[in-house]
Amino acid sequence: MAMENPTSTGKVPSLNMPYRTFWEKTRPIQVAILFLLPSLILFSVFVFYPLFRTIYLSFFLTNQKGLPTVFVGFDNFIQLFQSADFLQSIEATFLFVLYTVPASVVISLFLALLANEKLKGIHFFRTIFASSLGVSVAAASVTWLFIFNPTMGVLNRMISFFGIPEINWLADPHWALLAVSITTIWLNLGFSFLIILGGLQNIDQSLYESSSIDGAGYFYQLRRITIPMLSPTLFFIMTVSLINAFQTFGQIDLLTGGGPGQTTNLMVYAIYKDAFVNFNFGKASAEVVILFLLILIVTLLQFKFVEKKVHYQ
Amino acid sequence: MMAIKRGSLYVVLILIALLLFFPIIYAFLVSFMSTKEVLMGHLIPKSFSLTNYIDAFQALPLLHSLINSMLVSIITTIGQIIVCSLAAYAFVFIEFRGRQFLFFLFVSTMMIPWEASIIPNFVTVQKLGWINHYAALTIPFFATAFGTFLLRQHFKTIPKELHEASRMAGLGHLTFFLKVVMPVSKTSLVTLGIYCFLTTWNSYLWPLLVTTDERSRTAQIGLRQLHAQENVTQWGVVMAGVVIVAIPTLLVLFLGQKHLQKGLMDGAVK
Repeated sequence: MAMENPTSTGKVPSLNMPYRTFWEKTRPIQVAILFLLPSLILFSVFVFYPLFRTIYLSFFLTNQKGLPTVFVGFDNFIQLFQSADFLQSIEATFLFVLYTVPASVVISLFLALLANEKLKGIHFFRTIFASSLGVSVAAASVTWLFIFNPTMGVLNRMISFFGIPEINWLADPHWALLAVSITTIWLNLGFSFLIILGGLQNIDQSLYESSSIDGAGYFYQLRRITIPMLSPTLFFIMTVSLINAFQTFGQIDLLTGGGPGQTTNLMVYAIYKDAFVNFNFGKASAEVVILFLLILIVTLLQFKFVEKKVHYQ
Repeated sequence: MMAIKRGSLYVVLILIALLLFFPIIYAFLVSFMSTKEVLMGHLIPKSFSLTNYIDAFQALPLLHSLINSMLVSIITTIGQIIVCSLAAYAFVFIEFRGRQFLFFLFVSTMMIPWEASIIPNFVTVQKLGWINHYAALTIPFFATAFGTFLLRQHFKTIPKELHEASRMAGLGHLTFFLKVVMPVSKTSLVTLGIYCFLTTWNSYLWPLLVTTDERSRTAQIGLRQLHAQENVTQWGVVMAGVVIVAIPTLLVLFLGQKHLQKGLMDGAVK
């Protein structure tokens, strides 16, 4: 590329130019807007407008078409917090988060540590460990539906081998949420594993070398080097899993339909039913607002308390 | 000592791999079983006949829904790469007032779960007449904060001198974007592409809402219907459906795994 002396080229806009019209002065922002226009339009229509519209709708009763009819203030919210069904749904959601998030993170960390060993053929194992990332919610749920099948499924056959009586996994209120959680953890593992493995591979190897010289053992290194250096990645994956868990829908729809006795009626599934089966957009919008606030609060708490323990370089 | 350690590591790895991969193997095996074999609870099918696969394709317009999913995923991937890379370019290479604020606004949309906007979005899509059209399944997902953020992180690693040199040579923003920025960012574009393809192919709730007739269904919703139709009797056919729906994404994942991991990490760490 021919490099000319910048001062001799009149084309380069310079701040010293005496006369600049408004058009010229705002040139960068015009170009920027052109580049940003597709995103700005799409975000406005499909993200920002719906957010405000949902908040607006949550203060109204709505008709069959989803149009607001009567302003009721906070009535939708008050009714929700007085409804046993909705409180149960919040409880089930929190239980589900508790069952799935820590387990997913711990198991994927364990898998990543294993798959980070330098062994022949380790790439094959990495691929297998990541495989659930390539399986959709629908395909995974239908597969696990069969695994949990009380008579034909492999799980009951296995436990009966050990003399444990048949469990009706998805129809028994004691087990259903746990069964859905197992499916979800399996689904999460692929993505979490890949991210954590990437985090492990980014740790500076010289840290291990110098501590090995000092005679540090594997678990000492794990506690003193690996976990602290990995903490930003672990924090990231925790936050993502947490937000995902709050948004679970497909597993519920296919595995339990919210049952038995509403024990797996997680919030997004409840919203789906209120909005698109009962066409009560006002109530459903209020539920969305509550879900959104819950996610926001939990994420903020995460940032406030957990991030303190994160070690940034 | 080393040999024992290595050997036991392999044993652990193999056991865990079997356990984790079991659901996929199980679905694959059951997909070849006759109804009787399924009822008896066999683990290995007697023969690998394709009857269940033929039945799955006949029970539903499964082929049609696979084509739908493929086209929807490809269109969304291309659309997202174009829209997000344009936005990321503006955030990195154009200095304008309010850039920080706009970027913050973009990133803040990551905090808003898609579910929080489905009710008004459903109404919007209905009003636009997009129900049962590809437009409903693709266009809302062209702009994403995640994609913009990932590409911005990569664009930032492109030397500023390159940009200055191209301006000296009299190249405009669009030429620089197309001729320099896009080609050198191939890695992160592929990463975003793989990620976008996987998530679009696997999406469930939104396609369930905005498609009502069989011909516009995606493969995931086809699977839901297959399960509802054949559930009680024909598990072999349902599992054949599972295998058919899972193969494209598993292939994409196996071929692109290294790429995906590297690209996602670069985005998360920098």
